[in-house]
Amino acid sequence: MSDEKPDSNGRKPTLPPGSPSAGKSPMLPPGAKAGPTLPPGAKAGPTLPPGAKAGPTLPPGAKAAGSKLPPASPKLPPGMSPKSPESTEKLVGGDGSSAATRADFTSDQDVRWCPGCGDYAILATVQRMMPELGVPREKVVFISGIGCSSRFPYYMNTYGMHSIHGRAPTIVTGLKSARPDLDIWMITGDGDSLSIGGNHIIHIMRRNVNVQIIMVNNQIYGLTKGQYSPTSEVGKITKSTPFGSLDHPFNPIALVLGAESSFAARTMDRDPKHMKEMFTRAHDYRGTGFVEVYQNCNIFNDGAFFQFTEKETKSDRTIYFEHGKPLVYAGGSKGLRLDGFNLESIDLENGQFGVSDCLVYDETSRDLAGIMSRVYWKPDFPQPFGVFYQEDRPSYDDMLHKQINAVIERSGKGSLQKLLEGGETWEIE
Amino acid sequence: MAVKSVETLPEATVLFAGDSGDGMQVTGTQFTLATAYAMNDLATLPDFPAEIRAPVGTTYGVSGFQLHFGSIDIRTPGDEVDLLIAMNPAALKVNLDRVRIGGTILVNSNTFEPKNFKLANMKSNPLEDGSLDKYRVIQVEITRLTRETLKDFNLNQKEIDRSKNMFALGLSLWLYSRPVEPARKWIVAKFAKTPDIRDANLELLKKGYHFGETTEQFVTRYEVAPAKQPPGRYRAIMGVQALAMGIVAAANKGGIQILYGSYPITPASDILHSLSQYKNHGIVTIQAEDEIAAIGTAIGASFGGSLGITGTSGPGVALKGEAMGLAHMIELPLVIINVQRGGPSTGLPTKTEQSDLLQALYGRNGDAPIPVIAASTPSDCFIVAYEACRLAVKYMTPVILLSDGYLANGSEPWLIPNPDDLAPFDIQYAEKTNKVVDGENVFWPYLRDETTLARPWARPGTPGLEHRVGGLEKQEGSGNVNYEADNHEYMIKIRAEKIQRIQADIPPIEIYGDPDADLLVIGWGSTRGAIEAAVSRSNLAGKKVAAIHLRFLNPLPADLGKVLSQYSQHLVPELNNGQLVKVLRDQFLLPMVAMNKIQGRPFGPAEIAEKIAEMIG
Repeated sequence: MSDEKPDSNGRKPTLPPGSPSAGKSPMLPPGAKAGPTLPPGAKAGPTLPPGAKAGPTLPPGAKAAGSKLPPASPKLPPGMSPKSPESTEKLVGGDGSSAATRADFTSDQDVRWCPGCGDYAILATVQRMMPELGVPREKVVFISGIGCSSRFPYYMNTYGMHSIHGRAPTIVTGLKSARPDLDIWMITGDGDSLSIGGNHIIHIMRRNVNVQIIMVNNQIYGLTKGQYSPTSEVGKITKSTPFGSLDHPFNPIALVLGAESSFAARTMDRDPKHMKEMFTRAHDYRGTGFVEVYQNCNIFNDGAFFQFTEKETKSDRTIYFEHGKPLVYAGGSKGLRLDGFNLESIDLENGQFGVSDCLVYDETSRDLAGIMSRVYWKPDFPQPFGVFYQEDRPSYDDMLHKQINAVIERSGKGSLQKLLEGGETWEIE
Repeated sequence: MAVKSVETLPEATVLFAGDSGDGMQVTGTQFTLATAYAMNDLATLPDFPAEIRAPVGTTYGVSGFQLHFGSIDIRTPGDEVDLLIAMNPAALKVNLDRVRIGGTILVNSNTFEPKNFKLANMKSNPLEDGSLDKYRVIQVEITRLTRETLKDFNLNQKEIDRSKNMFALGLSLWLYSRPVEPARKWIVAKFAKTPDIRDANLELLKKGYHFGETTEQFVTRYEVAPAKQPPGRYRAIMGVQALAMGIVAAANKGGIQILYGSYPITPASDILHSLSQYKNHGIVTIQAEDEIAAIGTAIGASFGGSLGITGTSGPGVALKGEAMGLAHMIELPLVIINVQRGGPSTGLPTKTEQSDLLQALYGRNGDAPIPVIAASTPSDCFIVAYEACRLAVKYMTPVILLSDGYLANGSEPWLIPNPDDLAPFDIQYAEKTNKVVDGENVFWPYLRDETTLARPWARPGTPGLEHRVGGLEKQEGSGNVNYEADNHEYMIKIRAEKIQRIQADIPPIEIYGDPDADLLVIGWGSTRGAIEAAVSRSNLAGKKVAAIHLRFLNPLPADLGKVLSQYSQHLVPELNNGQLVKVLRDQFLLPMVAMNKIQGRPFGPAEIAEKIAEMIG
C-alpha cells in the first residue's frame, strides 16, 4: 500500500501540520464572549488538583474534588435519551454523496448507562459523526475492553467486540494488522486502559497502529461501583479508600506522550462540537489517534470536571489550543507565554502584555506538547483541551504490509511444496 | 596405519557433552545430518541449560546432545548411552549415569586437571581414581591436538580453542563410519564470510577423522547399516520446524491468512523464529508486549476473518487463560500452542514435561471446554498443527495444541509429505443474512450449523452482516446480551456439545502390540516412541501387552470406553505427577495404574518395559 494514496477508508495521508483542514473554520476559544469577571467560586481556588497534598484523612463525609464547586445542576447531556427523536434525523455524509444517517449507526439494543451519564453524549456524538466520515458502515469496527464505557460497541450498528478488561489494544492491533482495510475505533476507560491495560496502551502508542482510541476518563471505577481509579486525585474518599486514596494519579496525555504517542488530544463530554472535531481529527490521522474525553460519572464522581465544563468557571479554567494560534483564554483576557522553559499565565488587559506576547501553539513540537501536558490540574493555569501533539510517522500496519510485500517481491509467493522439501534431503529407494 | 576391525551394530546411542560454549549442539546436529545421509533411522534429544553461558567448567553449564540411530526402527533417543564424548570433567560427571555399563567414554584429557575438578566439585581425577573402571575410557588430547593443527593459522587462542568441537565431530564420524561431506558443506556455507575460520574448521574435521584412522587407541570401528524405511524423499525435521510448516500448510490449503502472535518464551520461541521467515506464505507475525497481548492479537485477527494463532509454554498459557475464555465465549477460531516445559512456575525452562494437561483441559474460569490435541513425535507436529487449524475453523472454537520441549527440539527423519494428501480445508464465510425477523432480513451471528453446531463466521467488511460479539453471555441465535437463567444454562450446554461433536473427526483408535493382550498401556504426547518400543520388546519377550496413544485429549475418542473395557489392566505412563490418569479414572471409573516420571527427561523404553513386566509378570 502506497503511503501517498488514501486508503480504502477514504482517509487521506497525514496532512502537513498546520494545513487548514477542509471545511473547518478555526474555533473560537469557548467563552470568548464571556465577560472578564471571574465567576463565583473561581476565586475560592480551583478544586483540589490530583496529587495535591490533600492529606489522606479528610473529615468524615467530606467529598472529593469537584463537589466543592458551585452547586452543580448537571444538564442532561445531548443524546442522553436513546430514543430521542433526533436519532432518526438525516445527516448528509461529509462528501455529500453518502445517504447514511445517524440511525444507520444506531443498533437496536437499549442503551443501559445510568440516566445522566456522560457516555450518552459521547455515543451521540460518534453516531452523528460516522455518516460524515464517509466510511461504509461494514468497514467500521468498534472494539472495547471492560467498564461502563466499554459497552459502547453494543450500541453501534457496526462490527464490534466487547472484549476483556484492558486488552482491547491487543485485539485492535491484531485486527488492524490482519485487516488494514478496516476503520477501527477503540473505546476504553481510565481504569481499563491505564490500570489493568497499562502495558497495552503504552505499546500500541509506540507501535502507532492506525486506529482511533477514545479514552473515556471519569476518574472513578463506575461498573464496580465507585472505587478510585488511576486518574483519581490523591485523598479520594471511595468505598475502597474510606480514609482517602494514597496513589498519585496518572496524567493520561503525559503518559501517552511518554509512550511515544504520535497523536494525542483532549476533549470533554459537555462540548459535543469540540468532541466531534477531536474524533474527526483522530480519524483523519494515519496512526494511533488518542483522544482523552473528560466524562462526568454522575453517580460515583459527580462534578469531577465541572470547573472545566460548567459555564460559571470554564472560561477561566480551560484553554482550547489550536495549531498556529496564540494561547489565549478567559475570553481573550488572559494568555500563556513561555518564560524560558516555564509557562506563565499573563494578563492581557493590564497593558503590560498583548496577544503577541502569547505562545503560539505548534502541535508538531514534542517539547511544547510536553510542557502543555504538564499543565494538569494546576490552580493557576487553565486546563488545556485540543490536539497536544501530532507527528508524521508511519503506522505499524502500513510498515507491516510494506515489509510483507517487499518479501514477496524479492522471493515470490511461497510454495508449500518447496518449503517442505527445503534443507538437506535424501532419497530412499 | 593400524589395521582396524569393523563391527556392525544394529543401533547405537551417542551423547556429546561439554560446556555451553563448546558447540555441542552444533556437533550433535552435524552428526545427526551425517547419520541421516547414512540412511539410518534416528531420534535426538538436545539437553541444554537454561543459562546462556554459565561459568565455564561448572556442572550447571553442561550442554548435551544425545542421538540414537540404527538400522532398525528407532523410536526414542535411547535408553542408555553407548558412547559419551565428554569435553570436560563436568560433562562427564553430569552424564555418567546415562552411560551403559561397558560403554565407551571418550574424554578430552587436556581438561582433566585440578582447576576443572574443583569447578565441577570433584574430589579426585576420575581418570585415575577407579570410578570409570566399569567403562572403556579413551583419552584424547583434543585441546592440544587442536592447537597443534591450527598453529600456523591466523587465529587467536580463543578462536582456536573454540574450534575443537570439529575435531571431536571428525573423530566421531570416523568411529561410526559416517560421511564427512555434509559437515564439510555446512562449514563452507556457515563460514563463507570468514575464510580463516572456515579453513580451520575444515582442517580440524579432517584431522579428527584421520586421527581415528591412525591412532592405536581405536582398534574397532563401527558400522550401522541403512534402516528399512518406506521409499521416498526424506529430510531431518525438528518438532518445532514441523509445527511451523503445519501452520504454513494450513494457510496454504485453507487459502487463509494466518496471524501468529507470540511473546518470547523457552521452548516455544523457535516457532516465532520460523514463522517470521514465512511472510511470503501468508503468515503475519507479531512479537507482542506480553503473553496476553499475544493471544489478543490472535483473537483480533480471527475476528477479522484471518486465523489467529498464539504459541507459548505453560507459564504463558496461565496468563492467556482469560482470553481463551473469551475466544470460547465468542466462538472464534484460534489455536493456542503450548510447548510444555518443566513446571510449576518458572520450573525447568529447558527440560521437557507433560504437566500442563489439566491446565489445558480445565484452566479457565467458568465451564469453558476447549478441544485439546497433542503431538506424539517431532514429525507428527506437522499433522497436528494442521489439524488444530482445520478443526478451529470447522467448529469455530479455540483449540489447544500440546507439544513439549523434547518434541520441539528433538529430530527424526521425515518422509516429506505431499500437500495434496492433506485433509481438505474448506472455509465458508457468511455472506448473506440468515434470519427473517418481523419481515426484515437480519444476520444472527449465533445461528448454528445443525451438524457441527458451529456459528457462522462473518468478516467485517461484509455489508449487512454487522454484528457485535463479546464476553457477556449472549442469547442463542441473535447473540444479543442476555442474562436469563434458562438461556445461560442452554448456552453452556450447547457450547460444550459443540466441542463434544468434534468426536466425528477423530478416527477409530489403533491398537499397537498384541491383539490378545491383558494389559493396555495408554499414552499421550511425546511418550509414544518409548511406550511402543517398550510394548514391542515386551511382546518379543512373550508378554501380552498392547498400547494406544491419544492424539485427542478433549474430546476423547468416542470408542475409547469400548477399547478400555477389553483389557483387564491399564497402565498410564506420563511425564507428570498423574494427569491423564485422573481424567480417565473420572470418565471411565477404571482402576488405572499411574506411572510417573518427573525428571525433565523423556521416558526410555526400558523403564516402561520393566513396569509392564512388574504388572503382568
